[in-house]
Amino acid sequence: MIKVINLSIDGKPIKAKEGSHILEVALDKGIEVPHLCHQSGLSSTGACRVCLVKVKGRPELITSCTTEVSQGTEIITKDEEIIKARRLMVELILSEREHNCLICEKNGDCELQDLVYQLGIDNIRFPVNKRVEKTEDSSQVILRDPNKCILCGRCVRACAEITVQDVLDLAERGGKTFIAAGLDEKLADTDCVSCGACVQACPTGALTEKLARFQGRSWEFRKVETTCPYCGVGCQIELNIKNDRIVKVYGVDNGSPNRGHLCVKGRFGLDYVHHQERLTTPMIKKKGRFIEVSWEEALELVAHRFKELKDKYGSDSLAGLSSAKCTNEENYLFQKFIRVCFGNNSVDHCARLCHASTVAGLGRAFGSGAMTNSIREWEKSDVVLVTGSNTTEAHPVIGYYLKHLAIYQGLKLIVIDPRAIELTQYAKIWLRQENGTDVAWINGLMNIIVQEGLYDEGFVENRTENFNEFEKIISRYTPQKVEEITGIPEKELIAAARMYASGKRSSIVFSMGITQHTTGTDNVLSLANLAMLCGNVGREGTGVNPLRGQNNVQGACDLGALPNVYPGYQKVTDEQIRQKFEKAWNARLSPKEGLTAVEMIEAAKDGVIKGLYIMGENPMLSDPNLNNVREGLENLDFLVVQDIFLTETARLADVVLPGVSFAEKNGTFTNTERRVQRVHKALPEIGDSRQDWQIILELSRRMGYSMSYNSAGEIMEEIASLTPIYGGIRFDRLSREALQWPCPSSDHPGTPYLHKDKFTRGKGFFTPINYIPPAELPDKEYPFLLSTGRILYHFHTGSLSRRSKPLDSIVPEGFLEMNPVDAKRLKIKDSDWVNVSSRRGKVKTKVKVTERTDKRAVFMSFHFAESAVNFLTNDALDPVAKIPEYKVSAVKIEKIE
Amino acid sequence: MNSGEESKMGLNRCEEKEKKYRRLKEVIKEYRNSPGPLIQILHEAQDIFGYLPKEVQYFIAKELDISSSRIYGVITFYNFFRLDPVGKHTVNICLGTACYVKGGSEILKTLKKELKVEEGRTTKDRLFTLDTARCFGACGLSPAMMVDKEVYGRMSPKKALQVIEEYKTKKE
Repeated sequence: MIKVINLSIDGKPIKAKEGSHILEVALDKGIEVPHLCHQSGLSSTGACRVCLVKVKGRPELITSCTTEVSQGTEIITKDEEIIKARRLMVELILSEREHNCLICEKNGDCELQDLVYQLGIDNIRFPVNKRVEKTEDSSQVILRDPNKCILCGRCVRACAEITVQDVLDLAERGGKTFIAAGLDEKLADTDCVSCGACVQACPTGALTEKLARFQGRSWEFRKVETTCPYCGVGCQIELNIKNDRIVKVYGVDNGSPNRGHLCVKGRFGLDYVHHQERLTTPMIKKKGRFIEVSWEEALELVAHRFKELKDKYGSDSLAGLSSAKCTNEENYLFQKFIRVCFGNNSVDHCARLCHASTVAGLGRAFGSGAMTNSIREWEKSDVVLVTGSNTTEAHPVIGYYLKHLAIYQGLKLIVIDPRAIELTQYAKIWLRQENGTDVAWINGLMNIIVQEGLYDEGFVENRTENFNEFEKIISRYTPQKVEEITGIPEKELIAAARMYASGKRSSIVFSMGITQHTTGTDNVLSLANLAMLCGNVGREGTGVNPLRGQNNVQGACDLGALPNVYPGYQKVTDEQIRQKFEKAWNARLSPKEGLTAVEMIEAAKDGVIKGLYIMGENPMLSDPNLNNVREGLENLDFLVVQDIFLTETARLADVVLPGVSFAEKNGTFTNTERRVQRVHKALPEIGDSRQDWQIILELSRRMGYSMSYNSAGEIMEEIASLTPIYGGIRFDRLSREALQWPCPSSDHPGTPYLHKDKFTRGKGFFTPINYIPPAELPDKEYPFLLSTGRILYHFHTGSLSRRSKPLDSIVPEGFLEMNPVDAKRLKIKDSDWVNVSSRRGKVKTKVKVTERTDKRAVFMSFHFAESAVNFLTNDALDPVAKIPEYKVSAVKIEKIE
Repeated sequence: MNSGEESKMGLNRCEEKEKKYRRLKEVIKEYRNSPGPLIQILHEAQDIFGYLPKEVQYFIAKELDISSSRIYGVITFYNFFRLDPVGKHTVNICLGTACYVKGGSEILKTLKKELKVEEGRTTKDRLFTLDTARCFGACGLSPAMMVDKEVYGRMSPKKALQVIEEYKTKKE
């Protein structure tokens, strides 16, 4: 129980929580106490001495940021003596550096400047240090200017406590004190991850956004809050716009999932919006070349050709790929368009390639395929088991949060990953399994937990079914057998099992290292088994938590951009559901499940699919076995691509329709924790590009089906009326409250965690699962095991991040990670060029020699078209979820002399 | 010296370095679990290596699992720790009250400029380490400076430069 402390501030009686500091309490009650070194969310150091206050009965002034409240004290925040002392402090700060606001980027948005004015300082009684030092500009995104530094240490604490990189610290002492990066090195030479937390924390102009310099002053900016378009964390951002250009981006802390923090992509990587290669006019390919045409001509041609193909070859000759980058409203319209106008259910999107197995696996085990719990709940967890998620690179803000909890709040991290990812350094236990052996180690953990009687008998008994069948299978996975399969030493497996099982609240976090296998669904089901076994479902801080990769991949799934379900996971094969949608949409709908993404490519190759409509997806880089994808797409009679750039896929199109970026849109994205968040239009459409939803409406009308909406909000109203889990979502509510689905009615507060008291499907289902090896393993000819994934500085197929100047300057080219032992054996050095080939293709790339990758394994990211790793990957599919096995393929590596 | 001897010497140097790091590792092992082990470890490391080169700072950071910036902060905070090896000659400028009043800080300024080093650092040619002191007990000779164990009194910036010049040309 937290004790309540009664005190008074400036004569006002106030109740505060025990342990809170006077400054926080005062600010919380709207009492202004000036301060510089304090920042909410960071620890307090009392460095600047500006927040001085008096406590009645104590002779000295005290720093309110570091003094805890105590019972019955009377605090005075303002009198002549206090103000005099504050003025002295600020004058001393001013004497340390010659602060010249004329040449400062932060003029008008500077806490020091504001404070000087507020205290009425019109002259400095001390000699001012006029020494001028060089600025440091080695970083691509951050400029350090020691001349404007007041040594408050907020950057030091932001780096240590938010990002947990610990790059900055105070060095030297007295008048020479300065902020050093590493061993007083250039920022670019340190472990800095360019997240800019230090920049956002800096009260003055000492740390600024390098590329925003001289691009606008604070009072010139128009500010628009919206949702970050990169990964699925759903960070809330504030765009600072001048002359319709995004100049700066800040993290917003208003109960948002990111708590004000951002990563390098969200803060510095949005300049792609203004890239010169943005598509601005519709184009039609004539004689192999794109010709710019009017919207009228393009739309007419698309509608005409689709109708023609449908008439000639039937409904099943058409299909569509929707987009995890587009809004919920656009995804809803897209699938409605396909289902009504194409007359089939062949609509899918890139979730097929990332979390199809999650949706299938968790759906089967629990009845709902989404992340069970919320990001902020990890604060309440004792143990978090992270597997197959390179969190600090793929979901950086969540990664930083987990690091923070591990270092500052005693969270025990277990990391199970074949690569030595950054999180392993923060883990209590790191198990390094052979790639593709996940079912074996998960069964092994459960074997130990059952053997040692550490499982939650009550939960298993009351909340689940099929335990006995399941137990028969796991009893075969003794630690010894698991060590043989996975390479994880028995002892370590036992330690991990005990740690997970002993946590009062243990949470599982996973991502594509689990899902992108031919056994993806099995892997997910196994994790679900593990959570149920220990009763870790349906409570705060527990659960099975897939981290979704795209800004709106959760929403695209929710809104039915899937071939087997309508919006809200309502089955297309269910007669009653179909009738509901037929009635609402006033159209005949197909009762047959459609094709999945990878199946569409196969069907195109076989000539079954003749026409394909792709909105905001790039299968020519993202799909496995690219030679095969190209063959499929080239075999189509008619390909339409709607995008903001001429992607590798758009180049193959017959018609290209220019849509708009997130910054030009109204609507919603649903983040990884099922939270529906607003996207606010910040910029006008660029050139002659059009809103994606309006393009869909135009096509639909021309194909003989008129839909009419005036705004994204109106589309959401229709969604809510047909989608029970979104039943209570309305735009006006979203501006006031954070809503996580299921939110069935307008008075429902949303659901931060699922399966409380009862699973969505009733009882949790234990599926007995045996280990099956990956589809293709290394052999004599192809001796290396290749995995693919993301890196911090780029995103997905790079169509956005490669067009961001800072991101592409930090990492301009792809590379293959290889273990030093293998590199030495093959006489390969860092930065050497190699040919990497598999049974399906060959690419050329540079090598990075690193111990992150285990022996006989290599890793490549899929962001780079120049060395597109998906020419190599295996398009073998998980039989249930149809997800390809990106994480395991066999390759050989030859040095290019 | 023939090449055989040369490589032998290189080997010796290598062995010596390895030996130093082995000692440092033992020190870290000894102190790592005591509260606030960093300062003690830095002390011992300076004893072993004579100063605290970057490589050693990185090594300690890695072993203790703390950031290099934290180590750098501590080293530069305390006067005792050295980032450079000590030069052949140590020049100490007295900044005690008497010497300070008589212009000791001017001498320091001049020598900093001449030797192109900050206080506490060593010249590139490793000939001089420049430092300051608070009173040698030679106030009657103020302003005073000391090179190695030799005290020079009644200095002026010009005279100080002459003294430095002598040491530069001095052969062993």
